[in-house]
Amino acid sequence: MTDLPLLQADQLSCERDDRVLFEALSFVAHAGQIWQLAGANGAGKTTLMRIIAGLHGDFSGRLSWPAAQARNEDPRQQLLSIGHRSGLRSELTPLENLRWWLALHQAELDVAKAEQALALLGLAGYETVPVAQLSAGQTRRVALSLLWLLDKSVWLLDEPFTALDADGVALIEGRLRELADNGALVLYSSHHRVNGEARQIRLGNGPGEVL
Amino acid sequence: MTFTATLQRELLLAWRRPAEIINPLFFFVMVTALFPLGVSPQPELLATIAPGVVWVAALLAVLLSVDGLFRADHDSGALEQLLSAPQNLYVPVLAKLVAHWLLTGLPLVLVAPLLGYMLHLPSAAIGVLFVAVLLGTPTMIAIGAIGASLTVSLRSGGILLSLLVLPLYVPVLVFGAGVVSYAAKGLPVSGVLALLAAMMLASFTLAPAAVAAGLRISTGN
Amino acid sequence: MIWKTLKRWYHQLGSPRYFYRFSEAVLPWLWPIALLVTTVGLVWGLAFAPEDYQQGNSYRIIFIHVPAASAALLGYISIGVAGLVNLVWRMKMAEVMIKAIAPFGAVLAAIALITGAIWGKPTWGTYWVWDARLTSMLIMLFLYLGIMALIHAISDPRQAGRAAGLLAVVGVINVIIVKYSVEWWHSLHQGSTIKLTGETTMPAEMLIPLLLSMLGIYLLFAVSVLWRARAELLWRERKSAWVKELL
Repeated sequence: MTDLPLLQADQLSCERDDRVLFEALSFVAHAGQIWQLAGANGAGKTTLMRIIAGLHGDFSGRLSWPAAQARNEDPRQQLLSIGHRSGLRSELTPLENLRWWLALHQAELDVAKAEQALALLGLAGYETVPVAQLSAGQTRRVALSLLWLLDKSVWLLDEPFTALDADGVALIEGRLRELADNGALVLYSSHHRVNGEARQIRLGNGPGEVL
Repeated sequence: MTFTATLQRELLLAWRRPAEIINPLFFFVMVTALFPLGVSPQPELLATIAPGVVWVAALLAVLLSVDGLFRADHDSGALEQLLSAPQNLYVPVLAKLVAHWLLTGLPLVLVAPLLGYMLHLPSAAIGVLFVAVLLGTPTMIAIGAIGASLTVSLRSGGILLSLLVLPLYVPVLVFGAGVVSYAAKGLPVSGVLALLAAMMLASFTLAPAAVAAGLRISTGN
Repeated sequence: MIWKTLKRWYHQLGSPRYFYRFSEAVLPWLWPIALLVTTVGLVWGLAFAPEDYQQGNSYRIIFIHVPAASAALLGYISIGVAGLVNLVWRMKMAEVMIKAIAPFGAVLAAIALITGAIWGKPTWGTYWVWDARLTSMLIMLFLYLGIMALIHAISDPRQAGRAAGLLAVVGVINVIIVKYSVEWWHSLHQGSTIKLTGETTMPAEMLIPLLLSMLGIYLLFAVSVLWRARAELLWRERKSAWVKELL
């Protein structure tokens, strides 16, 4: 039971604008693994992420969540997806944005914990500043603070390292490895490769390959 | 929990962007004021067209405001967060509609009697106008939201939204303006008011499901 | 037994390839029949049916008006049904049907309006009156135009089909309320007007050509929709093996 994969893809194929993004893509992902989606811009990384997150329905093939299904659970319950755009409203402060985001996942905002996470990400003092006044990198870091504030078993991160400096990258990398060590499955898309044994899905060379 | 959180968020967002509340209200008043200028300031004439004028103006004001219901969330990526979250979309959508009515519909309801008075509507009818607009604005917001959910990812937005939604507004307009005319003539109004109430309940309970489906379609599902 | 056959047809017609072959087999004999029935019905009605005792010859336009109006309504309901099928079962054919039906339905609604206006001139003295039927038909035309505008505005064909389907489902639910509200509105403001046929029962000499015209126009509608659906299907599936084999 505990060895059931968290996520399984069988013969996924997807097209956009008359271009094949990937074809007959199959992979099996288990708890504790880190997967990198690699490929040039426009190769289909975001589309694949959105398919896994349940946002994009125009694909053929099968996507299944064996572990969740065996427990008769809704696979969405254990999934968090942080997309390409920040998902934050610029009129609201980081704390206000996080409060709503956590409420979507039926979680209360623990202000102290949130402030701690934001401080860790170098945003101390910005907790109650409207997001409009933050830079792109800071905005991204607010969204990434969820890595510390929610307990999920599947994480989908689209370009998490964009607009981060070297310290920020190291911080996020460390957190991702922590999450994986604690049994989560992490899928992220980036040109950057997390050190260690990250599995890879390469898109953009025809059908896509799993390494 | 999601309901209150979303409601709070919407009210907070409106507080930070007051133009969203004030603009539709100004529009409502100005459009209504154009009719005496464009038609005639004669009291009897104005009293006859008053129900229709106030309703059409309210309808257009709601239509304009509803276009932005999901746009900012869509552009910022918050909509995708909402869609990939593990809960039923019905609840947060309902919260958004309730918030939108409180922020846009309610001011129209409060100002409508004043406009009715300015158009020389008899006082018996002004009370009915208030109740009718109170019952009609939620319906208009609910139906408008369905259109907004289908056009949120499109650039053409506003005008297209109007094309889609205006035919669907005909029943509310007909019954809403009709009941006020009835009242002005001294005819019984409870039947039509009950009909308006039924439409409001039906649309407000059913629309969130259609809106949720529309949002999923617009984001590519 | 019938249920099983219907289910089988439903699944088969839902497959683009089967639909294409099916329509290929059906069209060659369907369109001549459609043309024939329509011609017989219209010629009979327009030229040979007896005069109406109240309206003389001007009532003859109903042989075009009534079929067009009812076909337009049927078309809209079909789009609603296809939309529902698409939303619930994600059937691609349903999207294709929505795009195929919409323009023809809109044209039929326009024909109904124009013929209604032509009928109106000798009867009411004016080309347009805001009576319940014409106003309802006008709103139906607007509903069609909305569907077409939405399809046109969305670049992804799948998204366009699904969005138009949802709009049609909402519209169909509304159509009954709209019709009722327009009739109520009309009774509020005017006395009863002359009904289009002058009397509620029609003698057989008028009824039969009317039914023939209706059948004919429905068939022509179906033929046009099939043709357009085929074209749409070929474009959509142009990458797949069976289309490449065909062309």
